[in-house]
Amino acid sequence: MTKGSSNENVRILIVDDEFSVRHSLTAWFEDEGYTVGVASSGKEALAKLAENKWDIFFLDLKMPGMSGLELQKKIKEIQPDGTIIIITAFASVESAVEAMQSGAYDYLSKPFDPDYLALMVRNIIERKKLKEETASLKKTIDVVYTSKEIIGESSGIQKMMEDIRAVADTGSTVLIRGESGTGKELVARAIHANSKRRYAPIVTINCGALPESILESELFGHEKGAFTGAQYARKGKFEMADGGTIFLDEIGNISPKIQMELLRVLEDKKFFRLGGSKELKADFRTIAATNKDLEAAMEKGEFRNDLFYRLNVFVIEIPPLRERRSDIEILAQNFLNVFTAQMNKPIARISPAAMKLLADYDWPGNVRELENAIERAVVVCKAKEIKPSDFPFFHARPEEEATTDDSLESLQRKHIKKVLEQTGWNISKAASVLQIDRVTLYNKISKYNLKKP
Amino acid sequence: MQNIVLIPIGTMKYDVADFLSLSLPGILHVPCRVLAEDIGLEPFYSSDRKQYHSTEILRELLPFAVGQEQHILGIMDVDLYIPILTFVFGEAQLNGRCALMSGHRLHQEFYGLPEDDSLYLHRCEKEAVHELGHTLGLKHCDNFECVMRYSNSIADIDIKRNVFCPGCSQVLGIPVLW
Repeated sequence: MTKGSSNENVRILIVDDEFSVRHSLTAWFEDEGYTVGVASSGKEALAKLAENKWDIFFLDLKMPGMSGLELQKKIKEIQPDGTIIIITAFASVESAVEAMQSGAYDYLSKPFDPDYLALMVRNIIERKKLKEETASLKKTIDVVYTSKEIIGESSGIQKMMEDIRAVADTGSTVLIRGESGTGKELVARAIHANSKRRYAPIVTINCGALPESILESELFGHEKGAFTGAQYARKGKFEMADGGTIFLDEIGNISPKIQMELLRVLEDKKFFRLGGSKELKADFRTIAATNKDLEAAMEKGEFRNDLFYRLNVFVIEIPPLRERRSDIEILAQNFLNVFTAQMNKPIARISPAAMKLLADYDWPGNVRELENAIERAVVVCKAKEIKPSDFPFFHARPEEEATTDDSLESLQRKHIKKVLEQTGWNISKAASVLQIDRVTLYNKISKYNLKKP
Repeated sequence: MQNIVLIPIGTMKYDVADFLSLSLPGILHVPCRVLAEDIGLEPFYSSDRKQYHSTEILRELLPFAVGQEQHILGIMDVDLYIPILTFVFGEAQLNGRCALMSGHRLHQEFYGLPEDDSLYLHRCEKEAVHELGHTLGLKHCDNFECVMRYSNSIADIDIKRNVFCPGCSQVLGIPVLW
């Protein structure tokens, strides 16, 4: 008469030549619901191991025939993932050190404190679960394979994909060049996901978006008190990227001072936190991206030659969307699938006339602009297919109503009203388009006295 | 289980057996009586550890479990041990007939605090129900308030309740007192 317990799946083998130890530990673990096996010698333990796998081993240090330490080595050869605890009545520093150096999880002196024993076994089980979870997540990473997100059949994109595959596993520094909105970060992630570093993080920083002092602290981290407001020590992006990849976006926009500091880090992978005196070392791969003409910047003296050559090891050029028009249809269809699923709307396709409109447009904002256009069209579309009228930005903007009130409040009211009408007064969608919280939207509706028709 | 027999062993500061004989029937739904037996403790004393060997004493109780479908609970006030652990609050035969419990570490005085008679008896009750639960086949329960939750420290005992959780009650086939 027992309740089912997850502990039953945990198998514990107790190896001790003393009957009373085997008996009392067995009884104690069985009360906890674990599956317990016993062996009175190393030889018997190896025979049990040949029959079954065990999760946790309790090995007595001193046994006739084969000592606990000898048995530990043999178990590690047969079943490396087993957790071994050495137990002894005669604790000595030497044997404890030897046991721990040979990979024992713990070294306990008899008798044990029951609270400590219970906690230790629970910790071992927790650790085993985490290991299994990590292994399963790693498999998921392999399956997800980020480069699937890069879509296109044009020769330009196929060439780029070949480049990604070629460089991913080499560990080389990569410079990604392409106009704004072409998907440089996606390419960086694809390189990382196909490299040996894929189980470690890819850390992204937009160098162009931050003022010099903040960028410096973001990249290198800082110690407590390094500057006003530095209340705590903080790791920088290079430290966070240890073992993985750092992606330096908009590298063409950084100041000469940061350029110099970056050059030093990229060369020897050593750096100091701001206000720190200890030199830190991190193992990372560098991927940089820019939409700027770095050669022209070098000529003007705005970008350091040495940094350019350090970054310009392997270059991947992402073609702008207007140079790969054959991909527009497949990209548009993909974004349509994504957004209809997200918004749960039954829109099956983009009409031929609307698709022609998309194919003929120049897309200065590249794939990002196309993505936003499709998202917006899915929001406003009320039919089963997207029509040219769902892309109003291609047409001349209608004249604003003649009004003498050009205050910000008035414009905000009009804009919110317009979006609410476009989304059929769907508050979630309207808030999403306006990029404000739903509660904020409710407050605005109330403030401007907007009424659902 | 048709009835419970409580056997006080050695000297006890309080009449724990009398208290348990009144309280256990309400929890385990069987009659309970006290049996006076003279069981000497000297053979089970370890002068090295200054404790009594729980498993050996438990073995002494086995002959009392013959005859009717009765479960035996030995009640003591001395410190108990099993060879591998520094101490035990009690010990039981899993799915067997005999159990043993000690109130030694259930006294507030043991932890350097003023004695609390009421708390002591409540702790004894929980420990008694826990060990008898093992004799009925119950293993430790994940519900931290269930009386069958493991208790390796006095805090563990104080956190849990004196009754079986609905899951354990269902396994035993007794009314839920949760």
